[in-house]
Amino acid sequence: MGAIGQPIKRKEDHRFLTGRGRYTDDIVRPNQAYAHFVRSPYAHAKINAIDTADAAEAEGVIAIYTGKDLEGIGGIPCGWQIHNKDGSPMAEPAHPALVSDKVRYVGDMVAIVVAETKVQAKAAAQLVAVDYDPIDAVGSIGAAIAEGAAQVHDDVANNRCFDWHLGEKDPVDAAFAKADHVVEMDVVNNRLIPNAMEPRAAIAEYDVSSDMTTLWTTSQNPHLIRLLLGAFVLSIPEHKLRVIAPDVGGGFGSKIYLYAEETVVTWAARKLGRAVKWTADRTEAFQADAHGRDQVGHARLALDKDGKFLGLHIKNKANMGAYLSTFAPAVPTYLHGTLFAGVYTTPAIYVEVEAVFTNTAPVDAYRGAGRPEATYQLERLVDKAADQLGIDRIEIRRKNMIQKDQFPYQTPVALEYDTGDFVACLDLALKEADWAGFEARRAEAKSRGKLRGIGCSTYLEACGIAPSALAGALGARAGLYESGSIRVHPTGSVTVFTGTHSHGQGHETAFAQLVADHFGVDVDAVDIQHGDSAQTAFGMGTYGSRSLAVGGSAIVQAADKVIAKGKKIAAHLLEASEADIEFADGKFTVKGTDREKTFGEIALAAYVPHNYPIEEVEPGLEETAFYDPKNFTFPGGCHICELEVDPETGTIEVCNIVVTDDVGRIINPMIVEGQIHGGVAQGIGQALLEGCVYDEDGQLLTGSYMNYTMPRAADLPMMKVGNHVTHCTHNPVGAKGVGEVGSIGVTPAVINAVVDALKPVGVKDIEMPATPQRVWQAIQSAQG
Amino acid sequence: MQNFEFHRPKTVEEAVAALKKTDGDGKLLAGGQSLIPVLKHELAMPSALISLADIGGLDQIAAEGDAVVIGAKCTHAEVAASDVVQGAIPALAKLASHIGDPQVRHRGTLGGSVAHADPAADYPAAVLALGATIKTDRREIKADDFFTGFFETPLEDDEIVTGVSFPKAEKSAYAKFASPASKYAIVGVFVAKTSGGVRVAVTGAGPKVFRVTEMETALDANFSSDAIKDIKVSADDLNGDVEANAEYRAHLVTVMARRAVDAANG
Repeated sequence: MGAIGQPIKRKEDHRFLTGRGRYTDDIVRPNQAYAHFVRSPYAHAKINAIDTADAAEAEGVIAIYTGKDLEGIGGIPCGWQIHNKDGSPMAEPAHPALVSDKVRYVGDMVAIVVAETKVQAKAAAQLVAVDYDPIDAVGSIGAAIAEGAAQVHDDVANNRCFDWHLGEKDPVDAAFAKADHVVEMDVVNNRLIPNAMEPRAAIAEYDVSSDMTTLWTTSQNPHLIRLLLGAFVLSIPEHKLRVIAPDVGGGFGSKIYLYAEETVVTWAARKLGRAVKWTADRTEAFQADAHGRDQVGHARLALDKDGKFLGLHIKNKANMGAYLSTFAPAVPTYLHGTLFAGVYTTPAIYVEVEAVFTNTAPVDAYRGAGRPEATYQLERLVDKAADQLGIDRIEIRRKNMIQKDQFPYQTPVALEYDTGDFVACLDLALKEADWAGFEARRAEAKSRGKLRGIGCSTYLEACGIAPSALAGALGARAGLYESGSIRVHPTGSVTVFTGTHSHGQGHETAFAQLVADHFGVDVDAVDIQHGDSAQTAFGMGTYGSRSLAVGGSAIVQAADKVIAKGKKIAAHLLEASEADIEFADGKFTVKGTDREKTFGEIALAAYVPHNYPIEEVEPGLEETAFYDPKNFTFPGGCHICELEVDPETGTIEVCNIVVTDDVGRIINPMIVEGQIHGGVAQGIGQALLEGCVYDEDGQLLTGSYMNYTMPRAADLPMMKVGNHVTHCTHNPVGAKGVGEVGSIGVTPAVINAVVDALKPVGVKDIEMPATPQRVWQAIQSAQG
Repeated sequence: MQNFEFHRPKTVEEAVAALKKTDGDGKLLAGGQSLIPVLKHELAMPSALISLADIGGLDQIAAEGDAVVIGAKCTHAEVAASDVVQGAIPALAKLASHIGDPQVRHRGTLGGSVAHADPAADYPAAVLALGATIKTDRREIKADDFFTGFFETPLEDDEIVTGVSFPKAEKSAYAKFASPASKYAIVGVFVAKTSGGVRVAVTGAGPKVFRVTEMETALDANFSSDAIKDIKVSADDLNGDVEANAEYRAHLVTVMARRAVDAANG
């Protein structure tokens, strides 16, 4: 039996579970110094002066640098350029690594202190005297767009980053003109703090003799960091800059971006000729990791008399924070606006998104990145339409769903779906959740004084941003292909180098299964290497659920090249024509005969080429492939949530979660289920628990675990995870992606269930997170 | 965290002497579940820590007449698991079993919690509702005189809590509405019916643990949740934050008090 589809235990877990993982903070370099950053306590303030004299005298201090010292080096670049409706480019204000003129959010950095010990660096940082002149701050989207609002950047009028649109307005206006019903609602996508278990860290070192700079950093994409840091910021040629992302303890998007901290640490290490290490504490993670979501919007849906969707108009505003993080402009635009067809045949869709700067931490992609926002807005709107028109929530979905014989399906918002079976996913989930039997459970709960509700979402998402040419046309400043290299060793064991990065996803196991299956060797004979720019061909890293669909495809292409070369060698050894050589189950066979050579024998011949077609084939067995996807992939499915509300306290207990997903071909079902569990936990987190709050002055009110609620095991029910698989038609793996489906699909299902539970007491909508206080207040105001 | 001296005395007397020497700038370290985070965030920077780890005799739990006396060094887990506490005041054992998380319960101590007087801690509700007596190295202080304000008690700088004497209750229960994030009490209500009458103490809601005398009077007359269902505390003096404003807390006081009475009535 092949390795694909087996629930093999993760190869990497032994080292993680026994404390032998090697994270950035575990790396110790000779004579290393420690950095601490001086951060702004104000959201918005002019810097009159920075006095480092006292700090410089403090014990153990090696150097203190401010923005003035960094003059001449580039700012932190943005990786995506969005264009306004009128075709002009977005506003792209400077993003200095250390600011000199004014601070723009709580946590903005004004100086770095380097000292012999971590404690000394921190103590000295407290002696750096910054003379601030606080000015009015804009702590929210609403404040940023208000008349006379303070300007975050002097060169960005009205705090507007861009004013973007997608789709055609006229057909949508026409749809509304002829509609029998119009359903509309305001939707808020709450702001989230990523909270990876491992805080960000960096250690940089400069070797004079080789003129080589090495940066170990907590990154999801070390090559991208090398490109941005080397070519755009510090002017280090790429062959003299090595970026290593060792074991990384979770990212969820927040470790994609080039950050000011790793930039300054690298600069300081070169300046000092000493290794410099920085590790964020949890407070810094709350303040200065790129946050997620933070969108407000208005959605209008036009329907005919039977509930058929005629047109959809989305008008949203997105918070970029104080500066543009690496992928920030792509999130509320091409990762978001393109999703509004969902699983439905809505013929006309027009999306408008205005992005604004505020005095808050930068906002960028967070698990799902734009797609949860769109899915939440769409699936809440569909439920509201059902309620308003008096149509069953499931029936209105069925009535509008794309049918499986309609693929490939071109949406009005740029995407062409290749494959899927939404109706089958819905039916499976309804059955598993016993949707039909729900009313009896509601009645039973009522007898206990509880309000029980059920909700669903039928979602679709787009993974593996692609192809590069299309992404480039849409504003991406990088390609979106992936690399894969396969080194077959003389005895037939295999090392695979991937440009993706694993920080919890289980690549070391799943990719090994993919290759083991391809070569017919044991999974343990395949090792996966990633994360070191000096070792691996240029790759784009891991985000957007792209690793298997794009990175796995590159590996399969490289594996095919290995097999093709192996056939040439086998033909020579077996004295047959290359066209007659077949490869299956780890053996090269002459078609129609029992003459064969094993994979290991061919590998040995390639490295000990005594009897070898040396005129035709080079020795060695090592191949590299770059794979550029032909299209996005489109996972989708149905998520159902059942829950109970305690109307006296507003507390919600999630009773049941059923998910049926189509994630494409599954390599390791255990890893797939784990990815869904994690995503669902974060999706429930957004719906019920997690809410980042800044006050009007831009102070972060939820700056610790004292009042920022992370989902815990006890907050979650056992989940029923099912699949209805259709293979992706355009990549050689057949995979679509699983990393984000949980956090995209489940959130609207949870809120739809909350609203269903609260319907009997008159509540029509509730904002996320639906905390106990918010639920109680909603009941109070509904009962007026 | 700043540097500090570290002392490990063998007796209460030595500990008191060590505290005296720091001139009010020393801190006692028991389980450290509140103190260590305070030190890490540099909210306090004491010159010395005096560990109670080597002092014997403060970790006993014993029934003494109509009371249960619990040594200051007993951890929450030990109180929760104690047969004596479970037999005499099961509500107190249950309260201890829901403090924080397992790590906190196996390190944090009764004496530490009471002396710290965190307005959202669980124990103060039991101490006040049961009319307990706080024992120190030099005196006994009644619960009504002990929790004087926000993290404030009448303890002298060099005074050490050695134990707490809890009167047995005829009926008692604790109902807690925990912060979803921190698991501290947003509102925790301990209701106790003892020979001295009914007492209702609320933690989490205000700047310090407080009694609701109107509920006590009503429950003295009729120990049922119906008796207090319409009694509301004023939101005026209650805490408000991102998770729960004062009005919501005031509402929860009534709900949790009713649930505590129902639980006490079994």
